Amino acid sequence: MTDIDAESGAADTPPENVPETLFDTLLTRSHEQLVLHPTRESYPGLLATLHAAGYHSVVDLCGVDYLTNDSRQLPAGIEPERFEVVVNLINHRERARLRLRVQVPETDAVLPSAFNLYPGTEAMERETFDMFGISFDGHPDLTRILMPEDWIGHPLRKDYDVGRIPVQFKGAPANR
Amino acid sequence: MTATHELPTNVNQTSEGGQELTSADVIAAGERLRELGAVLRLSENDAILAEREQVPDDETMIINMGPQHPSTHGVLRLMLELQGETVLRCKPIIGYLHTGMERTGEELSYLQGPTNVTRMDYAAPLFTELAFSLTVEKLLDIEVPERAIWIRMLMTEMNRISSHLLFMATNGMDLGAVSMMLYGWREREEALRFLQEVTGLRMNHNYIRPGGVAADLPDGWRDGVLRLLDMLPGRLAEYDTLLNQQPIFRERLQGVGAINADECLALGVTGPILRSTGYDWDLRRDMPYLAFDQVDFDVVVGSYGDCFDRYAIRLAEIHESMKIVRQCLEKMPKGDYRIQDKKVTPPPRARIDESMEALIHHFKIFTEGFKVPEGEAYVAIESPRGELGCYIVSDGSSNPYRMHVRAPSFVNLQTLPHLMHGSLVADAVAIISSVDPILGEVDR
Repeated sequence: MTDIDAESGAADTPPENVPETLFDTLLTRSHEQLVLHPTRESYPGLLATLHAAGYHSVVDLCGVDYLTNDSRQLPAGIEPERFEVVVNLINHRERARLRLRVQVPETDAVLPSAFNLYPGTEAMERETFDMFGISFDGHPDLTRILMPEDWIGHPLRKDYDVGRIPVQFKGAPANR
Repeated sequence: MTATHELPTNVNQTSEGGQELTSADVIAAGERLRELGAVLRLSENDAILAEREQVPDDETMIINMGPQHPSTHGVLRLMLELQGETVLRCKPIIGYLHTGMERTGEELSYLQGPTNVTRMDYAAPLFTELAFSLTVEKLLDIEVPERAIWIRMLMTEMNRISSHLLFMATNGMDLGAVSMMLYGWREREEALRFLQEVTGLRMNHNYIRPGGVAADLPDGWRDGVLRLLDMLPGRLAEYDTLLNQQPIFRERLQGVGAINADECLALGVTGPILRSTGYDWDLRRDMPYLAFDQVDFDVVVGSYGDCFDRYAIRLAEIHESMKIVRQCLEKMPKGDYRIQDKKVTPPPRARIDESMEALIHHFKIFTEGFKVPEGEAYVAIESPRGELGCYIVSDGSSNPYRMHVRAPSFVNLQTLPHLMHGSLVADAVAIISSVDPILGEVDR
């Protein structure tokens, strides 16, 4: 299971209608990049498997709000939800990258934290919490990181209005 | 922080609320161990040592460093818990420069995108433009002409030189070597002069755009490059005399703020900090983009992972970048500097006067921009500070649906609590400097 090349090599000619998998998780390709689609429940287990398989670094973790975008492609069996948490991992030894896309529902926007395996996600999860309001269960210090402490709302959500502050030039009334 | 405990009044009275360091005796033991070991899990031996290290609250003092402290490179604020002169805990607080650039990126078209992202890492603006452009090109599934690739390599390596020279200057300033500051800025200005000759601006170039670069290299660009390549080796030798051979400078850096490779990988740290631990990893060589597989250069690694290694690696990387620039000079191919695809790049200026169609395309591109097919992609490059990635989700319109930049400084800052634990306040300045954070990129 740890041999990426053999795994993806075998998956080059999949039988009809059988979804591709890698590490027991649904696999899709986006511009030759490998994307895994774990469920919220299988996400911590998959991270542990990947860590053992040599993916020692989470290079990036961010959120996406798909509120107004219904064009995304997901493999059969994955229920689209409003939020998605995107995790990019790297395997230095095999020079391979993997991307995880985890669906997070709007009503219960909680995801298990990757902190215990990958302490480097500390700031990234805080940023995702700050910008999207997605909580990470098990994170040691889930507070706002970029916005002020008393800020209301999560700025990168699609239903968050981009406000405008009237700017006054030479006493002219601001008309925007 | 644990919410069940009542916080002492000195914490309650501040306006920042939960961002404050909670006083040590109200934090649960596990939390305390985690903070002592920065965000890393401690080994059992370390945990025992950390237990012994516990000092009563009235012997420690919490001070604020920043956000206006000059040595914090912008608006970084550190909360330091001190016992005497020793740093026990440290918490970086960021966000003072947050301007919502990722949100702004969703409002701008792909053509306007580089003007926005270039302002993130203001010491190495071409790299963010490059990461953005490569991601858009991946989504569009287009390949830029050879010459554009080599121009991009030449320009980003020049930018790497100027960024590392800036580090030399600020690092010297932070350590009290003020003459080094002047020399560093002087040489950086020479590098920026070349960038200005080509792009028209010293910083925030908006030069690398989806589809190629904004303009061809001007006449006489070779002279500009050669002038710099002739000047720099002598100046770098001066740095060597001034800094490397100076006992005070070495004493202040050697053995200060050490970190090892495992900790770096766990924290997601990349770039010179990772390489200073002896970990041989550079995206230019290991996951080549542009034409880095066709040039010859060395990846410089350190061995101790301390501040001096990080300084020495950056100095050596200037030499390596000069090697690459020289090869760009020899191998620069002829041809077009941007893709001639009327749906992506505007037509040449001369065509507009004679062709109605060209005029229409020109108008279309600059009013509504070009559309990018649905999909998502992540592309990473090696910036002077580490892995700089860009993740774009497209919904088929002419604006990115989501544009996220993986800023190396943002992740690298997480090493600060770890590097500073147990060091002196005076070393804190050296450690911040050696991490080389650019706050524009941290806060975005």
